[in-house]
Amino acid sequence: MEGVSVNYYIGLSAILFIIGALGVLVRRNALVIFMSVELMLNAANLAFVAFSSVNNSLDGQIFVFFIMTVAAAEVAVGLALIVAIFRSKKSIDVDQINLLKG
Amino acid sequence: MNFSEAANTGYFFGLVPLLVFLPLTGMLINMIFGGKMSEKAVGTVASVASGLAFVVAVLLAYSLSATHGHMQTVHFAEWIHIGDLKLDWTFRVDTLSSVMMLVVSGVGTLIHIYAIGYMHEDVRFKDDIKRFRRFFVFLNLFIAMMMILVSGDSYLMLFVGWEGVGLCSFLLIGFWYDFDTLGQKSTANAEAGKKAFIANRVGDFGFLLAIFTTFWHFGSLQFDKVFEAASAHPDPVVISAITLFMLIGVTGKSAQVPLYVWLPDAMAGPTPVSALIHAATMVTAGVYLVVRSAPLYSLVHGASYIVAMIGAVTALFAATIAVGQYDIKKVLAYSTISQLGFMVAAVGMGAYVAGIFHLATHAFFKALLFLSAGSIILGMERGHHAHAHHDEDHGDGHAHVEHHEEEVFDPGDMRNMGNLRKRMPVTFWLYMAGTLALAGLPPFAGFWSKDEILLDAKLHAEHFPGVYLLLSIAAFMTAFYMGRQIWMVFFGKERTEVAEHAQESPPVMTVPLMILAVLAVFGGALNLPFEGFHNLGHWLEYTIGHVEGLPLDLGVAGISTVLALLAIFFSWLLYGKNPLKAGQADPLKKPLGFLFTGMENKWFVDEGYKAVIIDPFVKLAKFLSINLDWNFWHDWFHESVIYAGFKGLARFLSEPIDMGIINAIADKLAEMTKRSSEGLSRLQNGFVRSYALSVLLGVVAILGYLLFK
Repeated sequence: MEGVSVNYYIGLSAILFIIGALGVLVRRNALVIFMSVELMLNAANLAFVAFSSVNNSLDGQIFVFFIMTVAAAEVAVGLALIVAIFRSKKSIDVDQINLLKG
Repeated sequence: MNFSEAANTGYFFGLVPLLVFLPLTGMLINMIFGGKMSEKAVGTVASVASGLAFVVAVLLAYSLSATHGHMQTVHFAEWIHIGDLKLDWTFRVDTLSSVMMLVVSGVGTLIHIYAIGYMHEDVRFKDDIKRFRRFFVFLNLFIAMMMILVSGDSYLMLFVGWEGVGLCSFLLIGFWYDFDTLGQKSTANAEAGKKAFIANRVGDFGFLLAIFTTFWHFGSLQFDKVFEAASAHPDPVVISAITLFMLIGVTGKSAQVPLYVWLPDAMAGPTPVSALIHAATMVTAGVYLVVRSAPLYSLVHGASYIVAMIGAVTALFAATIAVGQYDIKKVLAYSTISQLGFMVAAVGMGAYVAGIFHLATHAFFKALLFLSAGSIILGMERGHHAHAHHDEDHGDGHAHVEHHEEEVFDPGDMRNMGNLRKRMPVTFWLYMAGTLALAGLPPFAGFWSKDEILLDAKLHAEHFPGVYLLLSIAAFMTAFYMGRQIWMVFFGKERTEVAEHAQESPPVMTVPLMILAVLAVFGGALNLPFEGFHNLGHWLEYTIGHVEGLPLDLGVAGISTVLALLAIFFSWLLYGKNPLKAGQADPLKKPLGFLFTGMENKWFVDEGYKAVIIDPFVKLAKFLSINLDWNFWHDWFHESVIYAGFKGLARFLSEPIDMGIINAIADKLAEMTKRSSEGLSRLQNGFVRSYALSVLLGVVAILGYLLFK
C-alpha cells in the first residue's frame, strides 16, 4: 500500500457512503434501497480496513468480518420481507407501504 | 372455732358484703330462672334471700356486742382512684348502721313473705300473672340498695344507696304503670312514679351539693375523716351550708315540708311497697342521714333548729291532712309523713336515740298498719268479685260482663267500708294493735318512742321553742285520725254491698302481720325510760357518744296519754256513736267548714305547686320551644344562617373554584395533550424514506455538534 495515502481510501469510503445514503433517500424501489444500504455498509468496511492497515492493527479487519456476516443475515431477512411484501401488494415501491402513518 | 369465739374475734364482720349480695343473688335467680319457676318458688327465693340478709345482720349485731360495740370497717373494693382522690367501697358496721340493717332486713323479710300472698291475688285481680316475678326482683333490689345505703362508710356510698332506693321506689310506685289506683287503664300510676322521682331529684340535688361542699372543704367523704376535720376547725358557715343542703335531701327522701308531696301519690304502688319503702325503710333514710351526720349538726345550732322546726311543722301539717282523707292508704301515707316529722324533729334537736327509737317502732307499727290495710283492700276486692259473681248467678253472663266493666269501685275508700271487724276479725285485731301503737297509748311501742321525743322537745324547749307544742298537737291529731279510721272501717254498718262480702286474708299474709303486731306491742322494750332499760340508748352510745337515759316524765307522758284518749273519745263522738251512713258527708265538715275543705283537699298544696312552679315552668318550656327553639333556632338560625350560608358557600366553591379553576386545569391539560399529539402525529407519515432522512439529518446534526463544539 505504498504510495497511496490513506486519505484516498477515506475519501472513497465517504463518497461510497454518500452515494449509498442518497440512494436510500431518493430511490423508491425497495431492492435498490437495499443495495444502497449494502453500499453504505461496504463504505464502512472500507474505512475499517484502511485504518486497520494504517494502524497495524487487526481489530478493524475482525470488525469487517462481523459486518459482512451481519450483512449476509440482513440480506436474507430483507429479501424475504421484500418477497413477502411483493406477494401481497404486487409492488415493492416503499412509498406504497405506508399503512402505519399517523 | 365455735360460735362465741367467732363473734369475739370479729370473724363475722367479714360477712358484711353478704348483706348486699344475698338480696342481689335472689334478684338474679328470679330474673334469670324466675320465668320457669312457680310463684311460690319465686317468692321463697326472694324471701330467703332477704331472710339470710337478716341472719347476717343479726350475726353482725351479735359480734358488735361481743366486741363491745367497736366500730368496724370492711374494705370491699377500690372504686375510683385518681391522683389523691381515693373513693373505695368500704362497709361500716357500727351500732347505728346495725340497727338500720336489722330493721331493714327484718321488716323487709316479713313484708316479702306477706307479698307472696298479696301479689298472688293482686296480679290476678289486675289480670297480669307474669308481673308477679318482677315485683320480687324489684323488692330484692331494693333491699340490696338499702343495705348499701346504711352500710356505706362514706357519703358517696350512702349516696349510691340513696339513689338506688330512689330508683326502686320509682319502679315500684309505677309497678302497675298501665293502671290507676282503681284498677282502670290509665297512666296515673306511672305519673305518680314520675312525681316521686322528680320530687326526690330536687332533694338529691341538695344532697349532692352537700357532698360537693364536704369534699371541697374537707377533702374527703369518709365519715370519720369529715367529722374529725369538722370538729378540729369548725367553720360555722361551711358546716351550716353542708347541713342545710343535706336537709334539702332529707326533705326529699323523708317526705318533709316542702317536698313531701310525692309520698301520698306513692301509694299507687302495691301495698307491700307502701309498707316497706314508703313507711318502714326508705323514707327513714333521711333520719338516718341526720343521725349519721350528728357530729356536723351538733356544731351548728341554727341548722339544727331549722331541721327540728321542719320536722315539727311537717308532723302537724301532715296530721291535719290525714284527718280529711277518705282513702285508707292516704290516711296512712299522711300519717307516715307526720311520724317522719316526729323523727326529723327529734334528730334535729339532737335527740338521736329518740329519733332512731321512733324510727324502729314506727317501722314495726306502720308496716303493720299498711299491710293490714292491704289485707283490708284485698278483702274488699275479694268481696267485690264475690259480689259480682253473685250477680252473675241471677242474670245472664253477658249482662254481667258489661256491668262489671262499667262499675268503678274503689276498694280503698273508707266510705265504702264499715263493720269489717265481723268479716275480717284477724285483720281487725292486727289493725287495732298498730293503731294503738301509732296513737301512742301505753304500753304500746309507739307510746314509748313518741313520748321520748316529746320529753326531749320539752327539755330542750328553751333552745328549740315551739317544737313541743307543734308535736303535741300533732300527737293529738294522730290519735284522732286513727280513731276516725277505726270507727269508719271496722264499726258501724256496712255502707256497700261489697263490704258485706269482704273476706279474710290467708295465713301467708296474716302470719307476718302477727309477728309485726307483737313487735308493735312490745317494741317499746327496746328503750324503756327506766333505769337499766335504756338498751337502744346504750347501744347507740358507741356510735354517737354518751346519751343521758331519760327517766319517765309522768307530766309529759300523762299529758300525751290524756290527749290521745281525748282524741279517740272525740273520734268516737263523731264517727263511732253515730256511724257514717252511705253517701253521708263527713260529720267534721259542718263544724270546721272551710278548714275541713282544706284538709280534704290536702290544703291545695299540689294545686299551689302546679300554679306556682309547674304551670310557669310548662309555660316557659312552651315559650322556649316555640319561640326560641322553633322560631328563632329552627326557622331563623337554621334556615337563614346555617342553611343559606352553607348553600352560598357551596355555590361559591362549586362554581368559580371547582368549575372555574380545578376543572379548567384538567380540561386545558387534556386539550394541550390532544393538540400536541395531533401535531406530532403528522411526522409519522408512513414514508420510510422520510424517516431515513430524519435519521440522516439527526446523525449529521450530532456529528456536526461533536465536530464543532
